[in-house]
Amino acid sequence: MALLTVDKVSMFFGGLAALSNISFSVEQGEILALIGPNGAGKTTLFNVVNGFYKPSRGEVRFKDRTVSGLKPHQICRLGVARTFQVVKPLQRMSVLDNVIASAFLRSRTKAGAERRALEILEFTGLMEDRAMISKGLPLGKRKRLEIARALATEPELILLDESFAGLNPAELDVSIEIIKGIKKKGVTIMIIEHHMKVIMSISDRIVVLNYGQKIAEGTPAEISANPLVVEAYLGEAEGA
Amino acid sequence: MKRFAPLIVLAAMAVLPLLGLSSYVMHLLILVIMWSVSGMAWNLLGGYTGQVSFGHAAFFGLGAYCAGLASFHLNLSSWYGFPLSIPFVAATALVMGLIVLRLRGPYFVLATLALGEIMRITAENLTDLTQGNLGIMIQRTWVEKTGYYYVILGVAALTFWVVKLLAESRWGYYFVAIREDQDAAESLGINTTLYKTIALTVSAVITGFSGAFYMNYMGYIDPQVVFSLGDISILTIMVVMVGGVATYWGPVVGAVIMVLLAEVIRSLPYVGTAYQTLFGVLLIVIIIYLPNGLVGDRQTLARLFKKKGAAV
Amino acid sequence: MWVQLEVFLQTLISGVLLGGLYALIGLGMTLILGVMKIINLTHGQLMMVAMYVAYWLFTLFHIDPYVSLLIAPPLLFLLGMFLQKTLINPVLRVESILPHNQVILTVGIGMVLQNLATIFFTSDYKSTPVDYATDAWYLSDYWKDAPFELSLSYPWTVSFLLAVGITTALWFFLAKTDTGKSIRATAQDRDAAALMGVNVGLMRVITFGLGSALVAAAGCLFIPIYYLFPSLGSQFTLIAFVITILGGLGSTMGAILGGLILGVFESMTATYVGMGWAPVGRFAIFVAALVFLPGGVASLLKRKAVTK
Repeated sequence: MALLTVDKVSMFFGGLAALSNISFSVEQGEILALIGPNGAGKTTLFNVVNGFYKPSRGEVRFKDRTVSGLKPHQICRLGVARTFQVVKPLQRMSVLDNVIASAFLRSRTKAGAERRALEILEFTGLMEDRAMISKGLPLGKRKRLEIARALATEPELILLDESFAGLNPAELDVSIEIIKGIKKKGVTIMIIEHHMKVIMSISDRIVVLNYGQKIAEGTPAEISANPLVVEAYLGEAEGA
Repeated sequence: MKRFAPLIVLAAMAVLPLLGLSSYVMHLLILVIMWSVSGMAWNLLGGYTGQVSFGHAAFFGLGAYCAGLASFHLNLSSWYGFPLSIPFVAATALVMGLIVLRLRGPYFVLATLALGEIMRITAENLTDLTQGNLGIMIQRTWVEKTGYYYVILGVAALTFWVVKLLAESRWGYYFVAIREDQDAAESLGINTTLYKTIALTVSAVITGFSGAFYMNYMGYIDPQVVFSLGDISILTIMVVMVGGVATYWGPVVGAVIMVLLAEVIRSLPYVGTAYQTLFGVLLIVIIIYLPNGLVGDRQTLARLFKKKGAAV
Repeated sequence: MWVQLEVFLQTLISGVLLGGLYALIGLGMTLILGVMKIINLTHGQLMMVAMYVAYWLFTLFHIDPYVSLLIAPPLLFLLGMFLQKTLINPVLRVESILPHNQVILTVGIGMVLQNLATIFFTSDYKSTPVDYATDAWYLSDYWKDAPFELSLSYPWTVSFLLAVGITTALWFFLAKTDTGKSIRATAQDRDAAALMGVNVGLMRVITFGLGSALVAAAGCLFIPIYYLFPSLGSQFTLIAFVITILGGLGSTMGAILGGLILGVFESMTATYVGMGWAPVGRFAIFVAALVFLPGGVASLLKRKAVTK
């Protein structure tokens, strides 16, 4: 069943078309990767799905309900959570408080929220750092905190925006395990990434954007063999 | 021990009048407590939720006029100003919120400043209702200061307790999340507009109580005084900034300092008229060196003193 | 009927003349806002300082306020640079909970300036009674059978023309000189400008000085036609803001249009609604602009350009 449907979505900023006629769906339980060169419109698409932008044309449906036009907090309530490319920790709060703040969405009481938060910190390997003020965390842990916060809202679909960017190999392995763990819990994942190895190894399907348009969609094998994709990343091949 | 600090302070304050203090000292204490209330109220919106309002005089003045006009037009006791102010101030806060809360950063600051000034000018011009610049004078309930002292102490205790309760609750987390990163907060399911409105409304109503008290205590108000940008709105901000933003005791410390400083400076022979200059300088120094106030930056302050001590 | 037309036209003329001066005030602030993203809540106080300088020069040395245009703006330029370097730059580097420290800082500076003026000059209203204060050109002098009378006050008109001159000079400076272009580059993209060799720190200091000089010039142009008192500063700070928001942040063209619009609007309000309500009208426009047209007039201009 299609959990999320992006239906002929276009996004115009003044005269610039950041997204043109994008259509695809995300199936329940899968990991869908969104790739493309810088400036292709990937984060813009996330902003549309998440509710920060209302699409100029087209609509977004989550579980058969139109969500384009709703505010981000409403969309989150419905079950879509999101991380940010440039991480946004609640800087002066501790790691634990960051996740508690987010867990309050589903738990009315502080005790309940704290319990949920601790579970998630355990799951994302941040338990030891729970009392640390999040401003002081190194990048890898900040990225994990982003994920932890998003998970605390108990989403059915989680949008991860470059959660692997800038991580060293050890941190990368930890994060990949976390993603696999999320999938095992039954949460659907849509992920923006540039890290090709990671994408190829964990994604079920891939959607490729370039200059705001969808240029390809398919399994990792299909995508890596697609000449359009290769061209988009590497430019025109010399000769024919 | 620390947990009981507020109760201990409250108890100490409660017995203070029994020591037979002079009327002047009582007056200062009452001012300190009143400014603590205004400061704590502003802190809820500014310090915790990060929305810096330069227009809180609008609420202070409105509360004052509710009390004054209750007596002047409706022939009720001016103490009715307290309950009467709630719907008026809350309604004003909601309307203000609709206009300004969608604005970010500096735009919010300016809009609140403008709205505060609009209230003042409106009060000056609606002479049929407010007597304009003639002001409102009422019969004070008590001659002795003791009664007023206990009223404002009660309001302050209630305010302290409400702020503490909110800050430690779900709402408190949401307020701070909004302050730290509004976009992240939205994405985590927090209805930022709703919570900003709640913070604004609670902050406004408490400030209104402060104003209603002022009317009852002073016996005379006019638009220039109670809707004043410099003497109410900015002074409230200074109380919190000097004392410590987003702390429980910050506004109290700030109120003590600002009131005492004002009195001390005003009574000095030559320096007297320059008190605004000194306040301005104080504000500048605090902003640059102790931006989180005395309570907020107490570690920085401690280090400064340690350094001096070590040099001896 | 002619009477009504006369009242309307006279109000309109007053509005435009006022608007020209307002534009000059708004330009300084919009530059500062555009380049440094700083809200300068002491803008009006700087103008007040310049007016006191002009007053002092007039009272002590009989220097005409228009001549003070050569003295006060350079002085305020230096003062502005000094404030930027010693107070504002440090604050921008400070780490604190409240995001608006810079705004509060300028409030503090404004308080100091205003209070110092009160101490040195008292809060009595001062003025520079120049000989030509009440001179005016009358329509009936040129058009013998005019159905109505219109007057152009001499000092108002001279101030307006000088304001136009200064604005034009500013435009040339920003558009044609290297420094001017560096300033615009810094406003558009600070990092890109730095990468291209623009001394961003110096540009910021110069811009604050320039903004102060502009508002000082406005002060010199205002003093022949206005009263001077210390709290004038805060009034004009608010005016500068309304114009900046109305015109569109950082847009010089917007500030000019915003100034004119505000001038005419205030003039109309004063004539048709009542003197006391003019300040409210000012604020009402401010709030309305913030809510309905957050990009200001500049965004309307841009929209027209794009749809072409």
